[in-house]
Amino acid sequence: MPGNVTNTREIAKTQLWRENQVLRQILGICSSLAVTNSMKNSLVMGLGLSFVTALSSMTLSAMRDIIPHRVRMIVQTMVIAAYVILVDLALQAFLPDISKQLGPYVGLIITNCIIMGRAEAFAQKNPPLPAMWDGFFAGLGYTWVLLFIALIREVLGFGTVFGVNVDFIGFERWTIMIMPPAAFFIIGSMIWAMSARAQRLPTPNKK
Amino acid sequence: MPDINPLIIFLASIATSNMVLSNFLGMCSYLSVSSEYKTASGLGMAVTLVLVLTSALNWAVYTYLIVPLDLVYLQYVIFIIVIAALVQVLEMAMDRYTPDLHAKLGIFLPLITVNCAILGATLFMVIRSYGFVQSVLYGLGSGLGWWLAISMLAAMREKLAKAKLPPGMSGPAISFIITGIMAMAFIGFSGIFTIQ
Repeated sequence: MPGNVTNTREIAKTQLWRENQVLRQILGICSSLAVTNSMKNSLVMGLGLSFVTALSSMTLSAMRDIIPHRVRMIVQTMVIAAYVILVDLALQAFLPDISKQLGPYVGLIITNCIIMGRAEAFAQKNPPLPAMWDGFFAGLGYTWVLLFIALIREVLGFGTVFGVNVDFIGFERWTIMIMPPAAFFIIGSMIWAMSARAQRLPTPNKK
Repeated sequence: MPDINPLIIFLASIATSNMVLSNFLGMCSYLSVSSEYKTASGLGMAVTLVLVLTSALNWAVYTYLIVPLDLVYLQYVIFIIVIAALVQVLEMAMDRYTPDLHAKLGIFLPLITVNCAILGATLFMVIRSYGFVQSVLYGLGSGLGWWLAISMLAAMREKLAKAKLPPGMSGPAISFIITGIMAMAFIGFSGIFTIQ
């Protein structure tokens, strides 16, 4: 893990692709599977997570010198929970339908390992602004993976994209695609492709 | 309080609404602690224990503290504190009374705090407004379901360790494929009980 990269471009590249949180670090899996039978939900979830990760990384980085080491887990959780409450209330107010469909998964952003992971791995050692970008791009990396999975599942399962009917392609709907197993198969294949690719690349640092 | 027999909730949360296989909760530790059957099974036991206790405790906290004091908007923070405190106490108790188990599970216990299965079960319980008995049995069933899933995966991964896999497939990728097949098998249960 490149710990001291503070260049925003580098951070973006690392988080969006090379060290993608979902596909390479295998974090934040719970929600990436649960909400991906609809693209709209995936987008909302992804943006919510990006917001929480960016702001909590920034806050925790600003506080990193004053948090006693022993209680830092609980402080981190509290900060994250505070931002998640903001997201949850905003969703309930402005997007009540989606809020209802996402159900407990909004609250579960608190226990999303990506946020805690970024707080521990990056925000602990870096100043607030790079920490914010790092969190933000980690969230965006999560968002595109979610949207990709959702695209496959929604087109094949419901015949729609963002709720817009694309049935004219003309095939039977695969019910399995909107059920849990498909999520596991798709993400499994994506991780397989990514790590097969990473193994083939002769990189000087560890794979 | 929905009028469902608590026993149905218990059975459904093991089979039809399995934590891992249909609600995708607790995936992080499910994937990372499943390479060895014994450890996986130990973690499953710990999660089950914590789930039962937190379901009961959080039900009480929700019903007697959060709702009367109108603190619903703070529920996430309160639930997390309850879970973290409980895990801490449990860790100390294990250290004192079952040092063997503590030596094996000690490092996982802090992880349980951020295991989404725990918070997830609490949130489902609140959203579906279960009563006390329903909540506890839901927690127990979810825990057992999670334990079952991680044990099955770990048992298969032990065998797979010796198998030849395509490059990049070993590790998380194959675990996901296996889990997908397991989830497909569990669809076979659907329709027997429903709790949604």
